Amino acid sequence: MSKMQSILEKLAINPVQAVEDYKKKTGKGAVGCIAPYTPEEIIHAAGMLPIGLWGGQVELNKVRAVLPAFACSIMQSIKELELSGSYDILTAVLCPSSCDTLKAIGQKWTRKDVPMIQFVHPHNRKLPAARTFLAKEYQHVRERLENVIGEPIPDEAIVQSIQVYNEHRAVMREFARAAGAHPDLIDPKTRHLVFKSAFFMRKEEHTALVRELTALLDEAPVKPWDGPKIILSGIMAEPDSILDVMKELHIAVVADDLAQESRQNRVDVPEDGTVMERLAEQWQNMYGCSLAYEHEKTRVPMLVDMVKKNQADAVVVAMMKFCDPEEFDYPMIKQTMEKENIPLLQVEIDQQMQSVEQFRTRMQSFVEMLRHE
Amino acid sequence: MAENVQKTAPSSREMLGYYLNKSYQDAIEGKARGELVCWASSIAPCEFCETMGIHMLYPENHAAAIAAKHGAEEMIEHAESMGYSVDNCSYARINLAYMDIQKCVAENMPLPDFVLVCNNICETLIKWYENIAYQLKVPIIMIDVPYNYEYEPSEWAIDYIAAQFEHAIEQMEEITGKKFDYNKYREVMQIAAESSYWWTKAMGMAAAKPSPLNGFDIFNYMALIVCMRGKTGCRDTFKKLAEELEEKIQKGEPAFKEGEKYRIMWDGIACWPYLSHNYKAMRALGMNMTGSTYPRGWKLDYDKDDIRSMARAYTSVGNNLSLEAQIDLKTEVVRTYNCQGVTYHLNRSCKCMDFLFHEMQTEVARRTDTPYITFDGDQSDPRNFSKAQFETRVQGLAEMMEQRKS
Repeated sequence: MSKMQSILEKLAINPVQAVEDYKKKTGKGAVGCIAPYTPEEIIHAAGMLPIGLWGGQVELNKVRAVLPAFACSIMQSIKELELSGSYDILTAVLCPSSCDTLKAIGQKWTRKDVPMIQFVHPHNRKLPAARTFLAKEYQHVRERLENVIGEPIPDEAIVQSIQVYNEHRAVMREFARAAGAHPDLIDPKTRHLVFKSAFFMRKEEHTALVRELTALLDEAPVKPWDGPKIILSGIMAEPDSILDVMKELHIAVVADDLAQESRQNRVDVPEDGTVMERLAEQWQNMYGCSLAYEHEKTRVPMLVDMVKKNQADAVVVAMMKFCDPEEFDYPMIKQTMEKENIPLLQVEIDQQMQSVEQFRTRMQSFVEMLRHE
Repeated sequence: MAENVQKTAPSSREMLGYYLNKSYQDAIEGKARGELVCWASSIAPCEFCETMGIHMLYPENHAAAIAAKHGAEEMIEHAESMGYSVDNCSYARINLAYMDIQKCVAENMPLPDFVLVCNNICETLIKWYENIAYQLKVPIIMIDVPYNYEYEPSEWAIDYIAAQFEHAIEQMEEITGKKFDYNKYREVMQIAAESSYWWTKAMGMAAAKPSPLNGFDIFNYMALIVCMRGKTGCRDTFKKLAEELEEKIQKGEPAFKEGEKYRIMWDGIACWPYLSHNYKAMRALGMNMTGSTYPRGWKLDYDKDDIRSMARAYTSVGNNLSLEAQIDLKTEVVRTYNCQGVTYHLNRSCKCMDFLFHEMQTEVARRTDTPYITFDGDQSDPRNFSKAQFETRVQGLAEMMEQRKS
């Protein structure tokens, strides 16, 4: 087995096993972090395992009775998993209130033994008052978590965790760069796996593995790529089967703007201020995300820059069906890409998608179109 | 109109029409004279703009008017051709299309010089207004009220909202180039408080048995509390309406002359394209909507000398409450207005209301021992509603209420 394969095997995703192993090894539990953004550093500082909850491909049964069909598939599957008891192995769950669906998901929580810790990110992000608010909001999260675990989470531990997380973000940005240069070695699904595995591992362990992987990529010769190079934008590009289709069609993901992937690593936690203020300021500095209010919509020029910088052929918007924040950004993206003559494709994302045939057809014709450009 | 009211004593309904039309006309004429126009969300703090003498227009009200006049479909199709999803809020789609084509079946609205948004109704507004500001390149004043996931708003949320009020005043001074007049501000706050008082009082009269108020009138009168809360015309209209309703109560004149067989609560926004159909289908069954959350929607009581009290009022609006607080609110509506059943409008445009329905329905029904139905619809997209389904469901509700009676 090659070194690279051996690292990728260690990054394999098995959330239940990860929680059980972690409990056995440390005696500490895991805390669920509902997508997209939570102050994971606080959980990490408590010596616990933060687990990313981004739904999954599950059969929707119980949720049908409690949530209308026009909620996004991430929240449908999260609710289904909650109702079927899959999250009962967790010590607590954190839920941001970034959109109307998330607000409801936090309120609808039913598992009495797994406390729900809901919180709010402010929208008026640039005001100093927003930082004060969010710092207090995070402090509230911290206190509720301390209450659940029955011990304090000291400032010094959070400072250390911030360092671990910032290092992880930097390493992931480097990986994204290296993977973009080596589509022959890192196909779309593998690239996704490397990002996603970060949600089921202590970040220091993930950092070490990804650093090693990136070094291997950097050592490898850069080969010319004759397939289309794309930038992926949206909440997520799942289920994995759509990434398999991309591989079949010889498509390279040279960079991404996915909430589940590069948006997680876009902005570091800054150095100055109290611990909670630092975490809050990271949200103030966030940019280019549909969930972080910006009337300048920096996401639009950012995507154009990403295309140029990565010499991409096109932008593919992986549109999470029923996601208002993403859907409202799309017309602006469309307008600008048309103006800039950048090919754009919008594909609908539904985690429960059973057949990828429609996706394959759309992708195939898009690839054809790119060839003729 | 104030003098006219005394001379010719127009009815509250005439006043409603007069003032609504005036609010649009004043903005159109003002814009032509170079005065500033602001587009605002329906429960945003109008007090600041009113103080500054800025014309305020309300896209939600405008979209509802377009839908009621059956002009929604072409606007919605235009929005979809711009790239908006069929699943986005239909008010937003109508408004964003209007912004692009500036023509519609209802009154025309001049484009804004800036926008004012408060997300105490939903988060979707943030994206909608973000897009208006981006597309028109106009300033945006945002009052972000954090969602109250706990029963009461936190003190730090109140601090944050209050700080945004102060920032909004600074932004407005910058936009208008004028100093904010705090004396005028106190007057406006007083008028807004009186408007809220008379609105709540008039709508509250639906509690009488039988109700003097045809419940669907709430949907019509609502336009004025949305559009003119800071103006005396709004206050005077609702004062007049309260007097009219009081007189009806005294005379024993019910809204339904044939008799009010059932009293129900309607939860959610109206189906504007089918308002008349919905009304007739319910009236045919003797069903009056006596309960709704709208009376409390603009019950914005606050201490005029305390900006934190104002912050608390604006964050404690229906949809911004926790599930538990919303259940309490709806239970209170059912009880206060003596409702025997509840109709829940599963509105394709309103995720924030719909996604809590399951828990709300179950618990309100348990606490009040009343049956309920849900129907599929949309506030302004006519494609998402079936007359047959609505009729069957309300008939079903009538049957369930009848069974409980016996």
